[in-house]
Amino acid sequence: MRTALLADIHSNLEALEACLAHARREGVDRFAFLGDLLGYGADPGACLEIVAGLVQEGALAVRGNHDEACLGGVLPEMHFIARDAIYWTRERLGEAERAFIAGLPLTVGEADRLYAHASAERPQDWIYVVGTEEAARAFAATPARLVFVGHVHHPLLYFTTPAGTPRLFEPMPGVPLPLSDFRRWLVIAGAVGQPRDGNPAACYALHDHDAGTLTHFRVPYDVDQAARKILDAGLPEKLAWRLIVGE
Amino acid sequence: MLGEGMLEAGTAVGGFRVRSLLHEGGMALLYDVEPAAGAAPFPLILKVPRLGFGSHPGCLVGFEVEQMILARLVGPHAPRLVASGDEDGAPWLVMERIDGGRLADVAAHAPLAPGEVARLTGTVAAAVHDLHRQNVIHLDLKPENVLFRADGTAVLVDYGLARHGELPDLVEEEFDLPAGTGAAISPEQLAGIRSDPRSDLFALGVIAYRLATGRLPFGAPTTRGAMRRRLWLDPLPPRAHAQGLPPWLQEIILRCLEVRPEARHATAAQLAHDLAHPQQVPLTERAARLRRRGPLVALRRWLRAFGAPPAAAPSPARQLSRAPHVLVAVDLADRREALAEAMRAALRRALAAEPGLRVTLVAACPPPPFGEETAPELAHGQQTAALIALRHWAHPLGLPAEKLRIHVAESTDPAGALLDYAAAHHADRIIVGARGHSALRRYLGSVSARVVAEAACSVTVVRPAGERPD
Repeated sequence: MRTALLADIHSNLEALEACLAHARREGVDRFAFLGDLLGYGADPGACLEIVAGLVQEGALAVRGNHDEACLGGVLPEMHFIARDAIYWTRERLGEAERAFIAGLPLTVGEADRLYAHASAERPQDWIYVVGTEEAARAFAATPARLVFVGHVHHPLLYFTTPAGTPRLFEPMPGVPLPLSDFRRWLVIAGAVGQPRDGNPAACYALHDHDAGTLTHFRVPYDVDQAARKILDAGLPEKLAWRLIVGE
Repeated sequence: MLGEGMLEAGTAVGGFRVRSLLHEGGMALLYDVEPAAGAAPFPLILKVPRLGFGSHPGCLVGFEVEQMILARLVGPHAPRLVASGDEDGAPWLVMERIDGGRLADVAAHAPLAPGEVARLTGTVAAAVHDLHRQNVIHLDLKPENVLFRADGTAVLVDYGLARHGELPDLVEEEFDLPAGTGAAISPEQLAGIRSDPRSDLFALGVIAYRLATGRLPFGAPTTRGAMRRRLWLDPLPPRAHAQGLPPWLQEIILRCLEVRPEARHATAAQLAHDLAHPQQVPLTERAARLRRRGPLVALRRWLRAFGAPPAAAPSPARQLSRAPHVLVAVDLADRREALAEAMRAALRRALAAEPGLRVTLVAACPPPPFGEETAPELAHGQQTAALIALRHWAHPLGLPAEKLRIHVAESTDPAGALLDYAAAHHADRIIVGARGHSALRRYLGSVSARVVAEAACSVTVVRPAGERPD
């Protein structure tokens, strides 16, 4: 079986459609959405409709911090630009859409795998896995051998070592990495809708269960169109700029 | 568990049946196996790491690395991986058995004749270059890890310390010991750098030194401190052991054993090319050395050894792309100066972008007519004239001797001769002139068209500005 892992779509319809088309050409059997479907972008309704449709057909989906923020609350800890986008998004969600988000779990466990938006350590606290210490705590918090997350917006992997401290690896796009059975792996899928590693192309990962490999892909999409929609919608200009430069 | 005891004949492991134990190593056991059903297309061996009480902790990691790397390698210079898996957490792999002999057995008869040293080392260097082209560094080359096929092709085995430029490095550095073999580990590996393919060239130098003299250049130290001595102390020059050793061979061996990777050959293909063309090796002070260099050199290097680690290549692929072997096909009968200048311009652009580039100028001369008494002298005169003409062609480039090689092929088929040379010497690119306007050319057909169609590398066809095809 081949599962496409899509994280941090952030209401970017153009990026989502490009990644789904790419994944279908790669012959994936199903999709896993690793949270933050909403926030930042101009197409929350259209993105939710696509994801909800795929979930009905068997896709996995978990909730992210931006999705949760869209349900209510005053968001004192959120950056004001992100908060503006959340308030904008809230006005555009109907009952059915709110119910879909409220129904999403924080994590999904399946065989030796765990799917979550942020670290497996206290998922409700949305901890970023930004170093080997955070990765070690994430491994300690779950028995799963493979942990798939988003939230960080960079495509990365951490793997356990006999010495104890996990190590970091920056994958090359398109190169399948063998996930050795003798280790545990934490995969950060990269961001579909708002990459921040200097490359504006959308990013997702593909897990091949039978071959035991993981591949990150970079997918070019119509960034200008997504950015123009953000400006037309009256969302903060910085959000359009971020898509264009990928930072 | 699989790796704890010895497997009995007849034991089934993942679709294969054990026939007998072949070899009991410190890290792994090797068995002769056959498929449980059907016949094997070639002989097979089963490799099982030593596990359980008292086994080396590196066993499992080395095995994991070998499995990962072998699955990526193709071609004749690595054993084919047939299957791998694990039974209750004990891993195994089945691969092709290589039966044509071992370099370790040959090395036991060292010192060997210089020609034989060059031939064997060149064969191994060709295998190493093929590995590097696949973005893999072996990092543990020694005679025990070099086998031969029946046709003499070298096969590199044991990838437990190897590194793939695009995959995570799983090898663990132990606290007191670097990952490698004391006799052959390179200075940069001692600094923890595991990404430079020129580390394998250092190990090739150790192999050549041993084949030529029967000795190891740095002994076989087992502690990090003793291994580090090679960062400042020269090996005794091979000619101090073997008086008959030609200067060119010492030049090549000592260049491989240079402390700084950038002072060695840029690629294993360049090393193999030098070993195949001794008369073209530019000799330096290394060739004449009969003793170690003095305490001042050692002191300077000792001080440097505590400074920054050497500048290393970030991956094999990156190092190879900086040091391509470019063949330039020169048609000595073509008198168009504009074409020659356009080809040199293409070469100058490449030289500016790729500092490690090496150029070989290739020209073809027809062999002298058969049966003539003066044939040998005629041929020799023709060859010499061609060599002089090629040197003259290259003169405006101002290339240092190190970067330029020249080859005159005796052949009536210039395209065929060029293609053969490109394949034998791992050319990365060919620069060839576009067809000119003569009746003869029309009659002979286009060399460039055939080279473009049949070469296994990129081909640049150069046409001077303002000229049109027929």
